Amino acid sequence: MKKLINDPRDAVRESLAGFAAAHADVLKVCFDPVYVVRVDAPLAGKVGVISGGGSGHEPMHGGFVGKGMLDAACPGQVFTSPTPDQMEAATCAVHGGAGVLHIVKNYTGDIMNFEMAAELCQARGIEVQAVIVNDDVAVENSLYTAGRRGVGTTVLAEKICGAAAARGYDLARVAALGWKVNGNGRSMGMALSPGTVPAAGKPGFTLGEDEIEMGIGIHGEPGRQRMALQPARELTAHMADAIVADLPFGADDCVIAMVNGMGGTPLMELYLVYAELEQLLRARQIAIARRLVGNYITSLEMAGCSITLLKADDELLSLWDDPVLTPALRWGI
Amino acid sequence: MAVSREDLVHWLTALAQVFAENRQQLTELDLAIGDADHGINMDRGFTAVQAELSAHPPADLRAVFQDVAAVLIRSVGGAAGPLYGTFFLRAGTACSGKSELAAADVVALFGAGIEGVQQRGKAVAGDKTMVDALLPAVNSMRRALEEGSSLAGILDQGVVAAEAGMLATIPMQARKGRASYLGARSIGHQDPGATSSYLLLKAAAETWRA
Repeated sequence: MKKLINDPRDAVRESLAGFAAAHADVLKVCFDPVYVVRVDAPLAGKVGVISGGGSGHEPMHGGFVGKGMLDAACPGQVFTSPTPDQMEAATCAVHGGAGVLHIVKNYTGDIMNFEMAAELCQARGIEVQAVIVNDDVAVENSLYTAGRRGVGTTVLAEKICGAAAARGYDLARVAALGWKVNGNGRSMGMALSPGTVPAAGKPGFTLGEDEIEMGIGIHGEPGRQRMALQPARELTAHMADAIVADLPFGADDCVIAMVNGMGGTPLMELYLVYAELEQLLRARQIAIARRLVGNYITSLEMAGCSITLLKADDELLSLWDDPVLTPALRWGI
Repeated sequence: MAVSREDLVHWLTALAQVFAENRQQLTELDLAIGDADHGINMDRGFTAVQAELSAHPPADLRAVFQDVAAVLIRSVGGAAGPLYGTFFLRAGTACSGKSELAAADVVALFGAGIEGVQQRGKAVAGDKTMVDALLPAVNSMRRALEEGSSLAGILDQGVVAAEAGMLATIPMQARKGRASYLGARSIGHQDPGATSSYLLLKAAAETWRA
């Protein structure tokens, strides 16, 4: 394992120190317990929006903290849910009197830790609602598993809920928008090669030279199948077909699309996939109204990508276009 | 024989060594069907427990459990943090007001612990989780108690059942947690959570027998 780290045990903390120093205009990092928070939090009268999850998915979630998106983010250890004391402290730090929304990805650990945190916050008299994101279409038999995983749609939900909160919407309305985004967003990913958790020192899974994992999760969870490497056109079609069929997306739908890198894939390849995606959707008369192409929800140095489509109406597009100023997303400001 | 506050602290501090020694094994098991962090997380959690118990010795049995729960909840993360945290929180409630634990109290505290784990994680027997080691262990300890076994005998029965339960997770297909995403590919692997639960109970039997 070759990594630019000092000691695996210090990697998350040392990275956060650099993150705080690099983005001091937008956010700060508190270390005991650990959370990333907007410099100007709490904003009186504004609903707070926070999220959290294991580290190793950067820029998610800390990179989305700032004006018009998240008020705070709680990074856990690598691929490990943060703990309730972190969410409790972050919730208190962003509570401006209008309650706090927790955006939670559907993983057993995240759900339980956020549930415990919500109980602690409610005991303090802070109104908390949670939106659970579970958009990964690769999980087919969700009745017999922990359910669909939360992946790419999380980024879109954080942007849209953040914008809604910035407009002054109340907690119930911000939460309803989060559920709406989750209900209309679908994702699927694939891996060309694995990532390595620093403290584990070995890759999370192995793939042959000409093998890929279709439907991979962001922690290297297996997907629908292992298959032979194929041209990008076929792999993109495989993901897009599964996503489109699932909602389903149909002719004349308008979508926000994200082609997301898993951490170890060059932008050149991501744009190539985006070109394929646009062509595939055009053939189905699905219009891409807005798009993101880049690394937004990664899995350490895993190579591969994911595609997310969100069926969008005027309300969602308008919230999407609202100004945002975070380390990873900036426009309109 | 009864379990005193000191015995309890012995067990919980012994767990720091148990999970340090088994860190690699648990992580390897988790690498196969999870996300390769269970050994690391348990080691970090019980190292923190040991530090807390020696820095701030709790006044009574219940406080020991409450402190352990709080430390695990804030230091372990993942699913294991809330699950083991809830286990110790409930175990503490079960022995509230007691200054030492007789055999029946020990069985009751493990019973309360597993009940809390099931409420928090919503897993049932056969889901390939820590419940598959703890539930048969508690059932077996209850039987041994009814049969009038000594505390050492009860704990031994519990360990035997926990080990069998742990091994029985190998042919199971996971229905909870990250391993469930593997579907049939989770079959043939021993569950890391069931393994850490077995180690926890085994350490209790060993420290309290001495």
